[in-house]
Amino acid sequence: MSPEPKIKAVSVSFYYGPKKVLNNINLEIWGKSVTAIIGPSGCGKSTFIRLLNRMNDLVPHSKLEGNIFLEGKDINAAGTDVSEIRRKVGMVFQKPNPFPRSIIHNLSYGLEIRGIRDKEYIYRQIETALKKAALWEEVKNRLHENALHLSGGQQQRLCIARCLVVEPEVILFDEPCASLDPISTQRIEELITELKKDYTIVIVTHNMQQAARVSDYTAFFYLGELIEYGKTERIFTAPVDKRTEDYLSGKFG
Amino acid sequence: MKGKLSQALGFTILTLCALATLFFLGTIIFFITIRGWPALSWEFITQTPQQGMTAGGIAPAIVGTLYLTLAAVAVALPLGLACAIYLCEYSPKNLTVNLVRISINNLAGVPSVVYGLFGLAVFVKMFHFGVSILSGSLTLTLMVLPLIISATQEALLTVPQSLREASLALGATHWQTIRRVVLPAAFPGIFTGIILSIGRIAGETAPILFTAATFYMRGFPKSILSETLALPYHIYALMTEGTHPERQTVIAYGCALILLFLVLAISAVAIIIRHKQRSEVVA
Repeated sequence: MSPEPKIKAVSVSFYYGPKKVLNNINLEIWGKSVTAIIGPSGCGKSTFIRLLNRMNDLVPHSKLEGNIFLEGKDINAAGTDVSEIRRKVGMVFQKPNPFPRSIIHNLSYGLEIRGIRDKEYIYRQIETALKKAALWEEVKNRLHENALHLSGGQQQRLCIARCLVVEPEVILFDEPCASLDPISTQRIEELITELKKDYTIVIVTHNMQQAARVSDYTAFFYLGELIEYGKTERIFTAPVDKRTEDYLSGKFG
Repeated sequence: MKGKLSQALGFTILTLCALATLFFLGTIIFFITIRGWPALSWEFITQTPQQGMTAGGIAPAIVGTLYLTLAAVAVALPLGLACAIYLCEYSPKNLTVNLVRISINNLAGVPSVVYGLFGLAVFVKMFHFGVSILSGSLTLTLMVLPLIISATQEALLTVPQSLREASLALGATHWQTIRRVVLPAAFPGIFTGIILSIGRIAGETAPILFTAATFYMRGFPKSILSETLALPYHIYALMTEGTHPERQTVIAYGCALILLFLVLAISAVAIIIRHKQRSEVVA
């Protein structure tokens, strides 16, 4: 365990208009590990990870209090390049959202928007990313096909590869298997386990078994508060808070 | 049993209504073709009118309509696109922007003859453009602008938010996202909207009545400041003015047929280009 957390949230509260949806969250996310965020619907878990790459900047009438540090730097500090934050902190969404263009276009996009034109470099990055996302063998001969022709699970792995192309340090997964079948889900979980060797991973899931299977740390959110946070093993075997225990034993959710 | 019966009845009524639409269009095309066909010939579309508009061709009217329509779209397109993109993608959600939206919707409902009077007062008189292609096409611009804006807005709204998020999450700027993701995805919708607008204004009579069109003209318009013949107004004039109604009526139906053909041809071009765009997207 490195002494310095990769991401650190300090007294984070978040408002949609007058409604407070996150209340005073303090959380340290460690590098090269998987942190799962679990909790019932509407507990603020998705809202929280969308703060980590500033996707909530898009939400009108919202307000953030507190600070989020990426390697010690406040990502909301004045003068911060939000594009650079989002390159470093990639995101995979609930529903696969490939661009309705060719597979290769999806993958080269993240480099092209940075003005990178070197075809050979782009191709190398694409190949590496597809291999890491365990998709290379399936698509290497059909890179110019429309990405929408792929199956749902393949599309989600394409979205993961698309995110890997720009060499992020952190990858946020927002319920990445919510729309996938069990076999595709299993492949994504294997992939996450593989990826944590090189990346810091935060995954939001409503599936407790999934959290137990893939994560090293688990944070339990309830009604906008962080109730309990610790090693996954400990949270699942010996929860301290009554609410965590009730949730994990299926008494609500 | 009762459910099945009412379902069968429902389907039948829906089918009949759908067929009725087809029937109306078919009747219009059939009727205009029957009446206009005798007037058609190579000379009819390549020659200028002769003998007080009772003989010869209608080439200047065809050319005039093309000029007016294309000039109007050339001005309205950049304005309309920019306005729609601003409203959909950039504008803050406040009262002023809502007022702009409401006024665009209301502009679309202004009767075309009112646009005509406005064009007469502003472009013809105030700006001294005279009765000219310039005045006429600017008047048509005002008319087509709300159509282009609404069509573009609708197309932009159909682009899923998830695509915008995908782009932003990769570190793209707002503008890169609009230009590289949103606009290409919205293109087929925008394009269809533009083509439909062209179809609408190509046939408009009232806006060019006082601003651009003339009945008696031998040759082609010389410049953007000349008045011009135009198909819709020419039809109107042939049916209401002149000295030989019986000879003019055939020419009027011939004009109508050509106008109909032009509008349908424009739509066909739109469909072909859109289809190509779609298959490129898939390829």
